[in-house]
Amino acid sequence: MTELNKQLLGYRRPDGTVGIRNHVLILPTITCATQTAQRITELVDGTVTFIHQHGCAQVGEDYEQTFRTYVGMGANPNVYGVVVLGLGCETHQAKSVAGELKKTGKPVEVVSIQDHGGTLTTIAEGAKIAAKMVQDASMEMRVPFDFSELIVGTECGGSDACSGLSANPAVGAVSDKIVERGGTAILAETTELIGAEHLLADRAVDDHVSKRVYEVINAMENRAIKMGVDIRTGNPSPGNIEGGLSSLEEKSLGASTKAGSSPLQELVSYAERPTKKGLVWMDTPGHDIEQLTGMAAGGAQVVLFTSGRGTPTGSPIVPTIKISTNSMMFESMQENMDINAGTIIEGQETVDAVGERILNEVALTCRGKKTKAEILKQHDFGIWRIGPTF
Amino acid sequence: MENVHRTLMMKPSDKVAVALSKIEKNTIVQVISQTTKYVIELQDDIQFGHKFAVVPIKKGEDILKYGEVIGVASEDIAEGEHVHIHNLEGKRGRGDKNDRAKQTTTGI
Repeated sequence: MTELNKQLLGYRRPDGTVGIRNHVLILPTITCATQTAQRITELVDGTVTFIHQHGCAQVGEDYEQTFRTYVGMGANPNVYGVVVLGLGCETHQAKSVAGELKKTGKPVEVVSIQDHGGTLTTIAEGAKIAAKMVQDASMEMRVPFDFSELIVGTECGGSDACSGLSANPAVGAVSDKIVERGGTAILAETTELIGAEHLLADRAVDDHVSKRVYEVINAMENRAIKMGVDIRTGNPSPGNIEGGLSSLEEKSLGASTKAGSSPLQELVSYAERPTKKGLVWMDTPGHDIEQLTGMAAGGAQVVLFTSGRGTPTGSPIVPTIKISTNSMMFESMQENMDINAGTIIEGQETVDAVGERILNEVALTCRGKKTKAEILKQHDFGIWRIGPTF
Repeated sequence: MENVHRTLMMKPSDKVAVALSKIEKNTIVQVISQTTKYVIELQDDIQFGHKFAVVPIKKGEDILKYGEVIGVASEDIAEGEHVHIHNLEGKRGRGDKNDRAKQTTTGI
């Protein structure tokens, strides 16, 4: 594929960012509003939502992290406009989330079950607003944009012993190619960098970033130590172990190859938007959906997701390109997997050649090609909770 | 049987190699990383993606893959033996062995 065919096309948003999808998001800020949100998406084509169990009786940093995640999801450039849906009495007030979202300049409306007098009238009101937004969204045209405006999330889930040999190094090659073109690549899953942190700290642009690498690693490892158990009871997972991974360190060394070889520019908190371009580390757990959600809320327009065991995972707003580490799984789970990197294991393709193939897929996805997870409506969402519910 | 089965060793300093297909016990395999070459008779069946020792490893010794430490041997391991959770322990995130975990997380 020529460079011309790598041209990216997306939707320019009022805040200057570019989206590669044009969703209207029904954003429930509280768990008891999620069913109402779901009903609206059943009525109105072009809308998406997500089910979750959060938004009330949360305090402190945990409150902030959930709030930041809601706002980040709505602010993601793949979202044209947002209907923020609340109950009315929850800690995560719909109007507060909407207030933050309005700063992006995109269409934002609030609907509240208590204010509108119950579920049915709220569904009707929300659907009316959403229908108008979808029609407005449909008049937006895709325009060319540059790789420097792209934030690509990287992730591995359901790893096997091939992950560190094929798909992860190939994603690392893509990460470098995105960075070379002025764009941003997010490395995440702090848990799965335990044992490989020294390699990344050595690539930090300054002492502050290097120090932060060790801080987030120690914080994550100390959570396991405080539990009084071997982290191997949960990570690597039973499937990872069956696939040949023996320890968290081994998994981490394979996972870290997703970071390519670019300098590490910044370390951002969960669901925080990067302020630097280049390679950026987001502090997330290894849990597939929680890290995917964190990167989506951090503004990633597309995610590259490698798997050895296979996974259906996707996001309601961010196309997730799934890359298999071995050909056997690619064959058996073709309906879920987009790209096969198992050819590297078989000696048929180089890491760089597969990286080039993935980069082409990123361009095609940016131009509108749907990923398998989008087609199968795999609208996963999960917030990394860092405090108890009260 | 030598050379029939594909294996992969990432760095010459590694103590384990990965089987790129299922390889049966007693098979003789060749393992190459740069200028380092081993010819090894496998002591166990090795499943696709699993590891075997390319050198004898003593109990308590660090086990290297990618040229980095992936854990420690929990028993003596012979050349050609399957290396996995039965004879390799992780050193990190060990809440069950609090002292060792602290030693390995000094970081900064």
